[in-house]
Amino acid sequence: MQQADFLKIVGPFQDKLFRLAKRLLVSREEAEDATQEILLKLWAKNKSIEQYKSVEAFAMTMTKNFCLDRLKSKQAGNLKLVHTNYEEKGSLLQKKIEANDSVKWVQKIMEDLPEQQKMVLQLRDVEEYDYDEIANMLEMKPTAVRVALSRARKTVRDKLIKKHSYGIG
Amino acid sequence: MELDKIERLLEKYFEADTTVAEEKLLQRYFSKDDIPENLQQYVALFKFMDNAKEERFSKEVVLEPETRGAGNSLYKWMSIAAAVMLMFGVYLGKNYYDEKELEQQQALYAYNETKKALDMLSHNMERGTEKIGYLNEFVVAKEKIYNKK
Repeated sequence: MQQADFLKIVGPFQDKLFRLAKRLLVSREEAEDATQEILLKLWAKNKSIEQYKSVEAFAMTMTKNFCLDRLKSKQAGNLKLVHTNYEEKGSLLQKKIEANDSVKWVQKIMEDLPEQQKMVLQLRDVEEYDYDEIANMLEMKPTAVRVALSRARKTVRDKLIKKHSYGIG
Repeated sequence: MELDKIERLLEKYFEADTTVAEEKLLQRYFSKDDIPENLQQYVALFKFMDNAKEERFSKEVVLEPETRGAGNSLYKWMSIAAAVMLMFGVYLGKNYYDEKELEQQQALYAYNETKKALDMLSHNMERGTEKIGYLNEFVVAKEKIYNKK
């Protein structure tokens, strides 16, 4: 496979890989490194890539596993990212995104969710995959995906309502 | 009536019973400006999800196709060649060693055979000389007879 063909395959979903990585790793730089690594890994096996039914789903699963490994080794090395004082030095767009205070709050709530719920929420509410696709990517049962999703959405809702009523009161 | 529908959809949304299309509907609804007070708390949630879609991977990924691939395969072939050469070398070495061994064995056999033949020769020779001893006896006896005369 030529470089151009590979980029054509990977192009439509590389942002999704990045967003999933960022959801898990939080830091933009780390997510970029992770995405790069995954793309290189995919490229390295570009001969066998065609045998996968969906390269996208395969890449998503790779991203999931890669990031979870990263997190695990980080925890083991006692180098856990401190989310609260992590400062995003992103683009103009980033500032626009986070301009809204309560949107920022959602971000914080999401960071406190368990990894699996983070991923499910990300893949459903941001990437709009259906349950079977998510189940396939995360190597879960579709029913488990639904349960995790419902739980995640409710957690976010409850915390938002709490915050909202504090804001008013 | 729209509000009613949205509230019902929200309920389904939190039970994870909505379809992707219904979720898009909610997304669109909450991106509007005039959200009733009782739904205000959900605005941030949908806005967050909406914003999150905008995030882009901006890092340039350098794929090194030919050089990396070729380097890899060259290295692979070199190691295969080296392994083959090594095995061939061992095989030849073993052959050579076996040949030497065989030669030595043959030499030893030839030596032993020769020794055996020589031993037999000397043994027979001894027997010959023994018999010649009797001839000597004859000469001695003859001398005696002559001397008596």
